[in-house]
Amino acid sequence: MFEPAGPQAHLILQLWHLIAWTCAGVFAAILLVLVAILLRTPRAPMPAAPDLSTTDKAEPGPRRSVATAVVASALLLLALVVASVFTDRAVARMSLVDAVNIELTGHQWWWSARYINGPVSDTFTTANEVHIPVGRPVIFTLKADDVIHSIWVPRLAGKKDLIPGRTASLQLRADEPGVYQGRCAEFCGLEHAFMGLQIVADPADRYEAWAAAQRRPASEPADAQALRGRELFLSQSCAMCHAVQGTTAGAQHGPDLTHVAGRRELAAGTLPNTRENLQAWIADPQKHKPGTNMPSTPLSQADLSALVTYLETLK
Amino acid sequence: MKRQPSEQEIRDAAPRLRDGPGPGSPEARALDETWSDAPGLIGWFSAINHKTIALRFVVATMLFFGAGGILAALMRLQLARPGNKLMGPDMYNQVFTMHGTTMMFLFAVPVMQAVAVYLVPLMVGTRSIAFPRLNAYAFWVFVFGGLMLYAAFFVNAGADAGWFSYVPLAGPDFSPGKRVDFWAQMITYTELSAIVEAIVVITTALKLRAPGMTLNRMPLFVWAMLVTAFMILFAMPAVMLASTALIMDRLVGTHFYNPAEGGDALLWQHLFWFFGHPEVYLIFIPGLGFISAIIPTFARRPMFGYTAMVLSLIATAFLAFGLWVHHMFATNLPELGKSFFTAASMMIAIPTATQIFCWLATLWTGRLNFKTPLLFVLAFFFILVLGGLTGIILAAVPINLQVHDSYFVVAHLHYVLIGGAVFPLFGAFYYWFPKFTGRMMSERLGRWNFWLMFVGFNVAFFPMHLLGMQGMPRRVYTYQAESGWGQMNFVSTAGALVLAAGVLLFVINALRSWHAGAAAGNDPWGGGTLEWAASSPPAPCNFHALPVVHSRDPVWQPLPSGPPAQPPLPTHVMGLTADERQLLVTTVVDARPDVLHTFPRPSIWPFACAVATTVLFTASIFTAWAVVWGMVPVAIILTLWFWPHRHETARHLAMERKP
Amino acid sequence: MRAAALLSVLAVATALAACEREARRFETTVPSPGASAPESPRVGALQPATPQQGGVKLSTVSQGPYEGNAFAVNQGKRLFRWYNCNGCHAMGGGSIGPALMDDQWKYGSSSSAIFASIMQGRPEGMPSFGGHITDDQAWQIVAYVRSMSGQLRKDVEPSRGDTLSGGEPEVARKPEKPRPADPPPQPPVGSR
Repeated sequence: MFEPAGPQAHLILQLWHLIAWTCAGVFAAILLVLVAILLRTPRAPMPAAPDLSTTDKAEPGPRRSVATAVVASALLLLALVVASVFTDRAVARMSLVDAVNIELTGHQWWWSARYINGPVSDTFTTANEVHIPVGRPVIFTLKADDVIHSIWVPRLAGKKDLIPGRTASLQLRADEPGVYQGRCAEFCGLEHAFMGLQIVADPADRYEAWAAAQRRPASEPADAQALRGRELFLSQSCAMCHAVQGTTAGAQHGPDLTHVAGRRELAAGTLPNTRENLQAWIADPQKHKPGTNMPSTPLSQADLSALVTYLETLK
Repeated sequence: MKRQPSEQEIRDAAPRLRDGPGPGSPEARALDETWSDAPGLIGWFSAINHKTIALRFVVATMLFFGAGGILAALMRLQLARPGNKLMGPDMYNQVFTMHGTTMMFLFAVPVMQAVAVYLVPLMVGTRSIAFPRLNAYAFWVFVFGGLMLYAAFFVNAGADAGWFSYVPLAGPDFSPGKRVDFWAQMITYTELSAIVEAIVVITTALKLRAPGMTLNRMPLFVWAMLVTAFMILFAMPAVMLASTALIMDRLVGTHFYNPAEGGDALLWQHLFWFFGHPEVYLIFIPGLGFISAIIPTFARRPMFGYTAMVLSLIATAFLAFGLWVHHMFATNLPELGKSFFTAASMMIAIPTATQIFCWLATLWTGRLNFKTPLLFVLAFFFILVLGGLTGIILAAVPINLQVHDSYFVVAHLHYVLIGGAVFPLFGAFYYWFPKFTGRMMSERLGRWNFWLMFVGFNVAFFPMHLLGMQGMPRRVYTYQAESGWGQMNFVSTAGALVLAAGVLLFVINALRSWHAGAAAGNDPWGGGTLEWAASSPPAPCNFHALPVVHSRDPVWQPLPSGPPAQPPLPTHVMGLTADERQLLVTTVVDARPDVLHTFPRPSIWPFACAVATTVLFTASIFTAWAVVWGMVPVAIILTLWFWPHRHETARHLAMERKP
Repeated sequence: MRAAALLSVLAVATALAACEREARRFETTVPSPGASAPESPRVGALQPATPQQGGVKLSTVSQGPYEGNAFAVNQGKRLFRWYNCNGCHAMGGGSIGPALMDDQWKYGSSSSAIFASIMQGRPEGMPSFGGHITDDQAWQIVAYVRSMSGQLRKDVEPSRGDTLSGGEPEVARKPEKPRPADPPPQPPVGSR
């Protein structure tokens, strides 16, 4: 959160500096008083009779000090409340002109993202890696499929919970290109630790190219290995949960794999997306993400290799 | 209130002995015998003396503290390195849930209530806590509830949805099996126990004070426990409602938390946090009470700003009920509403700050006796203040949205709870150990204990602020090396082990001192409140002659300052029966003597009723019919418990007619 | 003395049952009883996604491995929804497929019979899932299907789902006594 790349995170960091440094100052003041007490207050060896002179008379000195300190604290706190409310309003007032609309749904333990912009035929679905254009606001409509999740991308914005039965909204904007790591921030079960979301901010033209590619269905496999891989994909257990646009596989229970080869990571940030990792993941998902809903697929080494070859064509 | 005893002998023919100042040995012996618990095994289970129950209660809660600490050590060992394989996600989820649940429900609030049960009667100058048998029942219910939860944990049925157990994750669809059911039912046990203890403390503090101890003269520790007890009465029902609805959803199939059928996942959060936020103040305010007891003694002067302190306690208690939404800032509640909770969350700092400034003023204008209890209290000023300030940071909605559910919050909550409650609690143990056992704890071991805990705690928890700011979320069983969090996690684990060593040293110190510590007199620290007028450990009857109070620090000022009054003011109560458990009940505000009341003798029925309650609660995890059938033994035992006995009634009537 | 012994036996039995009920197994394959069973042909023509070659391996034991495991039964409930068993069987009441929560079983109510029905398929429309779902998943579904008519222990039966209510939750249903299905009604003789 200390390297903000967008206005929301930037505003929050500014408020952070104000409040944190104020609090640090107060802490230092109290420590100073404590140190002064330790240094200057006389010691009382046991058994010293207690000083009862104060029970009858008022103590104007301490009373003035304490009263001043209390009033000063109250005024400081009031100022901080005002600063907080103003920051909150500024965050809520980010311009939403020409925004990209993404419907983000949280599942146990992955994210599905549906881009809903322009005509209906332009809608496409992807998973776990979300591209956004630099400099344009993004409106995330947040839904949850099973339990409460929370989207947190510290370099871009504060977090928002995805609550089943409710629709929430998060607005942010990336002002610098880059890859921003996000994660789920509400305990959601066994693999809460591995529910990452990557937000990739691209310059406008690269974003448009990416979106256009996402809209296209899966390309036809060229070589025999990839064809065999597709055959396996559709006849084994893959198609029971995963969708690849342009084939008969249309299930929505697992991440959409139409363009899986273009993603940087696998299984919501569990593994980097390489051939070896893909193979290892398919052979035994429970080893890398114990408790995940994906079963292991018993395949021979040759078949597994063909399947991975096919998946690598899904750019 | 010297009153010449004039009464006739009752049918029992034994001459009635009476107490009074300067009792001869037959009266003192009779008093001790009257107020003792019965011997033997049955006697052990029938005990109702508040000091006996309180010490057992303290030991039980400290054992749970140790269990929670071991669970924390396991968590820290798992997180010390990225990709560690010490525990898988299922075990880790159970461990962190059990850690939080143990610390919050089975240690933090009950230990405070336990210490209060010991000290409040002594501090207000009476011989017993109100409703002693109910007090014993609350203790046994608490023990059985905690044991049930751990028994479940040891058969792989430990709760695993977090100590605040959000639905729908904790609902029937996403937490199959009985794990969350055990958790939810444990809540029922501990909240029943807490509510009963609250009733007992309120009644003692308001009705059993020594004559002359007006509310204006009541010790600040008793004020803190009184305020805490009132908070318990209002906060606990919310969580009992929430957990009951959860049990019903899971066992019977209701839809309280099912959005598809009109329920709401956020209902749980509202109900739970309406309890949950006051809960942390239930833990914090007794800590404030400890500090208010320790500082005057070790600064050798009465507390500065008594009235401001009392009003601050009450203000904190009220405000604590208006903060709960700050746990829900990340949900889609309306933003303007959240801002009100920002303001309230910051506002509650003002009464706490007032108390801190008054303490600092007391220390500044006093003379310091640098013993271990004071060390722990001074640590409070460092740790709690830092934790409170990170709380101010968290109160701002925009910042909260960054660091909510990250290790920043873990750091904050441990700083306020350990700094605000555990350190004062350890100081309180060192302070009152001589009173409980008659022996002093070792000063040398105490300093080692303190410094290990202080250094270990800060090394363990300060890095967590940074981890949270770097994006590490809570409740993750492991993390990747690329995150860069490995180094600080390792440091944190090292600190945690040092902290554990400090706690271990405390246990060693306590055990050794209990057996072979230096003998302590009545008042080894020169304290001013009434418990220091009793012997160490106190006699079963607390005081052989109940005191009459004329100031805020009665041991320092037994009589008001100025020339002695004519006729001389009374200093002790005379005339209570020595061979029956008779107590003086006084009025609420001014503590003028009101009624003489006879207290019950030891009884096995509280224990038996707790066993029946355990059967009722535990069986209802498995079948709803247990609620019906389980009521039968409870009803029978309650009847036996309260059944009046003819000879007792006769004796009480005789004492009433001719006091 | 004897009471104490009886009580300890009861305690140990309860503990073992609890351990099994709460176990979460993330193994790749459940130790499949009868894994060495020979290949059997698919009985139904339908298969999800694209058809596969070859038969399916069945099991020879009658008690499934997950009957005492609440986590597995819950997973079976999720898979029942995911793989659209509801499409023909509704939430147990049946529509174009037979009811699964009653006492009538056309092809047998034992775990291995249900496993065979799922993996082989059945005439008149039950698809053959063999090779499309893993054995582990099939056993989880079998356990859930048996829970629909109350065949499992009460503490293992699932409670309500976080969905629209489909009637009583499984845990509240009275256990049915499985019996062979009644033959389908014949049209009256002699009518045209």
